[in-house]
Amino acid sequence: MEAVELQCERGHRRLFDQLSFGLDAGRCLHIAGDNGAGKTSLLRILCGLLRPTFGEVRWQGRPIAQVRDEYGADLVYVGHLNGVKDDLTATENLRTWAAMAGLRVDADRLEQALRLLAIERFAQWPAGQLSQGQKRRIGLARLTVARQARVWILDEPFNALDRNGVEILNRLIAERVGSGGAVVLTTHQAWQAPVEVIRLELAAEAAS
Amino acid sequence: MIGALLAVVRRDLLLAMRQRGDVANVLLFFVIVVTMVPLGVGPDRDMLRLIAPGVVWVAALLSAILSLGRLFALDYADGTLEQIMLSGQPLSLAVLGKIAAHWLMTGAPITALSVVLAMMFDMAAAPSATLVASLLLGTPSLSLIGAVGAALTLGLRGAGVLVTLLVLPLYVPVLIFGAGAVDASAGGVSPGAHLMLLGGLSLAAAALAPWAIGAALRVSVE
Repeated sequence: MEAVELQCERGHRRLFDQLSFGLDAGRCLHIAGDNGAGKTSLLRILCGLLRPTFGEVRWQGRPIAQVRDEYGADLVYVGHLNGVKDDLTATENLRTWAAMAGLRVDADRLEQALRLLAIERFAQWPAGQLSQGQKRRIGLARLTVARQARVWILDEPFNALDRNGVEILNRLIAERVGSGGAVVLTTHQAWQAPVEVIRLELAAEAAS
Repeated sequence: MIGALLAVVRRDLLLAMRQRGDVANVLLFFVIVVTMVPLGVGPDRDMLRLIAPGVVWVAALLSAILSLGRLFALDYADGTLEQIMLSGQPLSLAVLGKIAAHWLMTGAPITALSVVLAMMFDMAAAPSATLVASLLLGTPSLSLIGAVGAALTLGLRGAGVLVTLLVLPLYVPVLIFGAGAVDASAGGVSPGAHLMLLGGLSLAAAALAPWAIGAALRVSVE
């Protein structure tokens, strides 16, 4: 994955300009920066939800706008919003997400995904009755359902997680990076990275 | 790919089953609007027969509008819309699935209810049958065209009013041919031409709307 001369403006503020970097398989990129520095915008650009005002993101040498569906199949994004339906149970949430992504998963795999995130006890509860941290875990369980996804993009994944949740996520990240996946994440908390990370610090620029 | 479309339909129907009130409200609104008219214009049978097609069709348009607000808004608010966009499946297919589910929860029951409402207006058998046929052929375009408006106004303040102003004028051809078909049938003329035009409108909308909706959603999510 490659980012080429990205520029992003939100409102009349230029968040970043001439931002270029590459990310190879088996690497982890940690994007740091103050509130409002453009971390979330950068992640949304990287996964193709937001168009940069200038520059482009390339996936295997081609702009992601052209290979959107292939790129989507290789990507799992966990954003600020968990993408979890309050009216569905944890299992139903995962199952419908997998079906919409065209993944074939059986009940065992879903159960295993929930067990990995230590929420299997709440599998049959409507997500609306669960806490923020538990909902976040359902969102993160997608990472283990889509095993073949080569890119993980995680926006503040540690928010709302307890110490045990942070440990689980660290282990998942370490495994994914170890098996040749690429992980991009933001966090403003002190993070004891389980793997070697590349750090990218976004500076909050003055209005221009 | 068809599996992904069906998955969206299944999910939306499941969600509707969990929130039955939302579906029931729209249908209740439809019935109440139609029932209000005889109370307003008086119990003159000939007059009621004459205005019935227009009344039922206008009520169907208004019910469709009423249900549009929730079409994408909930998925947008909880982040599932982002996930659908990044699912690696064509967005237009997922959109088509959402619209199919929307039609099954509004257009289809409205068509079924119209049989009873036609009796209430003392309509003869042939025009009643035409009314049902016209709704069956016409309501899919209400869902399709309405979804374009819902996608364009997603996340805006005052989206509800805006979507009404945007979509109602586009419903005019559907209304004209829908009510026209029943009038023709009541006047002893074959409603075939009207019905074919209605079906044509729905097919054209089914072919074009999903792309427009997909593009509009991508803009709205930015």
